[in-house]
Amino acid sequence: MNQFLTFVQKEFYHIFRDRWTTIILLLLPVVMLILFGFMMTTEVKNTRVAIFDPSRDIATQGIINKFTTSEYFIVEGYIDHPREIEALFRKGRIGLVLVFSERFHENWMHTGEAQVQLIADGSDPNTASTLTMYATQLINAYRQESLDLPQTPLQLTPEIKLLYNPTLKGSYNFVPGVMGMILMLICAMMTSVSIAREKETGTMEVLLVSPMKSIQIIIAKVVPYFFISVINLTTVLVLSVFVLGMPVNGSLGLLIFISLIYIFVSLALGLLISSAVDRQMVALLISAMVLMLPVIMLSGMMFPVENLPGVLRWMSHVIPAKWYMIAVKKIMIEGLGFEAVAREFVILCSMAVLLITASVKRFKYRLE
Amino acid sequence: MIKYLIEKEFKQFFRNTFLPKVVVALPFFAVLIFPLVANFDVGHINLSIVDNDKSPYSAQLIQKVASSGYFSITDVSAGYAAALKSIENNTADAILEIPGRMEATLVREGTAKVLISANTVNGMKGGLGSAYLSSIVADFNAHIRSELMQVKSGRAVPALNIVPMYKFNPRLVYKVYMIPAIMIMILAVVGGFLPALNIVSEKESGTIEQMNVTPVSKFQFIVAKLIPYWVAGFVVLTISFLAAWVFYGLLPVGSFVTLYFFTSLFILAISGFGLVISNYAATIQQAIFMIFFFIITFIFMSGLYTPVASMPLWAQQLSIISPLKYIIMVFRLVYLKGSTLPDLAVPFAALSGFAVFFNGWAILSYRKKN
Amino acid sequence: MKSTTRDIVISAQQLTKKFGRFTAVDAISFDVYKGEIFGFLGANGAGKTTAMRMLSGLSAATSGRATVAGYDINTQPEQIKKTIGYMSQKFALYDDLKVWENIRLYAGIYGVPEKEIAPRTDRLLEQLGFENERNTMVKSLPLGWKQKLAFSVAIFHEPTVVFLDEPTGGVDPAARRNFWEMIYDAAARGITVFATTHYMDEAEYCDRVSIMVDGKIEALDSPVQLKQTYNARTMDEVFHQLARTSTRKAD
Repeated sequence: MNQFLTFVQKEFYHIFRDRWTTIILLLLPVVMLILFGFMMTTEVKNTRVAIFDPSRDIATQGIINKFTTSEYFIVEGYIDHPREIEALFRKGRIGLVLVFSERFHENWMHTGEAQVQLIADGSDPNTASTLTMYATQLINAYRQESLDLPQTPLQLTPEIKLLYNPTLKGSYNFVPGVMGMILMLICAMMTSVSIAREKETGTMEVLLVSPMKSIQIIIAKVVPYFFISVINLTTVLVLSVFVLGMPVNGSLGLLIFISLIYIFVSLALGLLISSAVDRQMVALLISAMVLMLPVIMLSGMMFPVENLPGVLRWMSHVIPAKWYMIAVKKIMIEGLGFEAVAREFVILCSMAVLLITASVKRFKYRLE
Repeated sequence: MIKYLIEKEFKQFFRNTFLPKVVVALPFFAVLIFPLVANFDVGHINLSIVDNDKSPYSAQLIQKVASSGYFSITDVSAGYAAALKSIENNTADAILEIPGRMEATLVREGTAKVLISANTVNGMKGGLGSAYLSSIVADFNAHIRSELMQVKSGRAVPALNIVPMYKFNPRLVYKVYMIPAIMIMILAVVGGFLPALNIVSEKESGTIEQMNVTPVSKFQFIVAKLIPYWVAGFVVLTISFLAAWVFYGLLPVGSFVTLYFFTSLFILAISGFGLVISNYAATIQQAIFMIFFFIITFIFMSGLYTPVASMPLWAQQLSIISPLKYIIMVFRLVYLKGSTLPDLAVPFAALSGFAVFFNGWAILSYRKKN
Repeated sequence: MKSTTRDIVISAQQLTKKFGRFTAVDAISFDVYKGEIFGFLGANGAGKTTAMRMLSGLSAATSGRATVAGYDINTQPEQIKKTIGYMSQKFALYDDLKVWENIRLYAGIYGVPEKEIAPRTDRLLEQLGFENERNTMVKSLPLGWKQKLAFSVAIFHEPTVVFLDEPTGGVDPAARRNFWEMIYDAAARGITVFATTHYMDEAEYCDRVSIMVDGKIEALDSPVQLKQTYNARTMDEVFHQLARTSTRKAD
């Protein structure tokens, strides 16, 4: 046992004496969380608007005022001819152009035939549709106000309740993803690369001829990364609650418990990879190709799983991060109990058992 | 003598079991698969309906929702509690609850409520879902009102004709927006980070020290190292262009010349950045972590996924340090809008600045002697 | 044979290297003559690799001066690099290049004319008895062969001096003997050999040896002279008498 502890100590030295790696290991979760939390906002704000207004009457002025005071738009200025629109968009500064028809107010009052065109930059579809939705709302609001319509009869009023995330913060969706990704990165990628490194430099052989049992060597390699993962888990949780204002609506114990299972799954994956490769570069590339990319692309962390085409959606089932994220969302945000995450729990546990068995078996086989 | 070094790099490049495949396969598959994955279209929203009224009006409203194209009605639940269960199981994203005696109340009192509850853990989906539902309800209002108005009087409410129009991407296809950005991601990996890792691995194996006692200058060594990756970068880009055209019929509105020109500027900048990393990293493990750290930071600040304009102000100011931001902007502008060099003065200046800055830093931070 | 009237190829005066407050090499002075096999001995951490790195232009001297083949190490390191060969304990041959490709690479780097490379490669492979290994990847050569190849590559361009840093680490005595024969051949062709080693039997093969202790050169003479001076039967004993005075820990 003593021998084993010395060995674990050696692994810690390896990691902490490497200043850069330590800094990055501990800082990475913080930076990623802040980036995700603050930058991954899908709300559309401060879009620059250009206006073509040949009428310049009270109605167009009223509508423009609505845009000026809206937090969604910044009125950049007027253009003199619709010909300029194309060139403006090409510079990539303007998101929307309002084009009013001639004699706008007059036509509106008399014939009801006034037209306002909303020309949006459709490059980014979501932004474009959100922009036109906002703009339409603003124009309709102006119309309602200026005509001073009486409360129309027969009004079905929708009462909207936004469950779990009433302020529509992007972080609620991304934080569980970041947790899944960081833990996978540190456990699987770091473990596999560091074991491959010992193989590459030949120190693994030296260790293997020592009186230590091979299983102990493996466990000793894994312990520090497990430890760092727990630190990172703590950092991420503390930051998400106190900086990003995320709730922990469910049981904290349950959340930690399921995170630990996920950490085991990731560590086992790292071991499995390192049992198959002898070079750091290969370990890295495999980790990146079979772990990181799928986690980022298929787990639902960034892109909605339901939009995936058939085969890819099917593939997403074998990605542990997907199940972990579902469970985290349910526990943290929706505040549900164990019963609700039982399925995810069973899946992650089976993955853990399967992977640990496989990697230990493979390792023994490789070493003997 | 640089000839011999370049020869060596190419031999090693092609002999590597992995790299040549990566250069060909990566852009091909990335351009094929990524747009399928990176799909933020809020397509079908799964809706659970609780109809406590079961009147002609409620049936009409449900019919309107069902035919809107935004929703798939996954279940009709008996009550709110059951519907909430579907939300908790992720089978439904939103609930439309029609209270009992809705039609009767509406006719008698002129107003009635419907309840919309949306799961907003995914804020975008929940938000859009509830917005679509409200606009369907508004439509429904207008519809029953006009039915009634026609009966009562003939006076029309002056309407405003709002005509939305989407330039450059009239059908609002998400792929068109993502593909140019994906090309940049691959380019950054092949042109910037692979050569950096390559240098670090020579450091680790000690061959770089051997080079240091030869008459080979640092400059020659680095340039010889970068050239194959620059070539690979252009191959990757060309394959990406082809793949985008073959799979998605996407061709740039602007010119390929502009794209290749900016690409060379970007590769210069990003390989300079890779060199800076290779100077500071002693081991591959360190290099990997630094790269991972910066690439993630750069990507999230680049506006790849979310528009830079919607970030908080400090984040927008910070985003100017991401070279990826400018090149992604250029690619999207040229691909979608056909922007030309004069339109792209700002990114041109920025990328040139990055190229000078990173390469200057790389030269200064390199110490051949210690 | 060991007259001091011959040309001086390496000359160090008060050469010093400090890392912070630690003085790795402490004002060493010595001369090495043309065609000589000079053994540079010392315990691990005595400073011999640091000294060698300064002489070969890898590391700048803190103070003192030295010339190699007539060039100043502080001001003309690039000229030095053209005239020396270098072989370190880590093999600097590229594992993923074939034998002939490694030879071609280094020949090209040192400016051997393109036309001469191929015929000289053939001759070298023949001398080494490696004709059948021409297209073998270096990584699949046995260790002893790799060392022979690395040495041949280091002197392929006929340098004035070749620096060997622990060249025979890890190979069996027979292969080492074999390797030293190659060194004698090179010296006979007029190439000066400057080698660090910690095998004391190898020290016996050198024309002259210096012994470094704690950054200083404590003894410098031919093996025969040294054994007489220290009244020892082998170089090993000489070394141990001197090393006993060390206060520096091996790193």
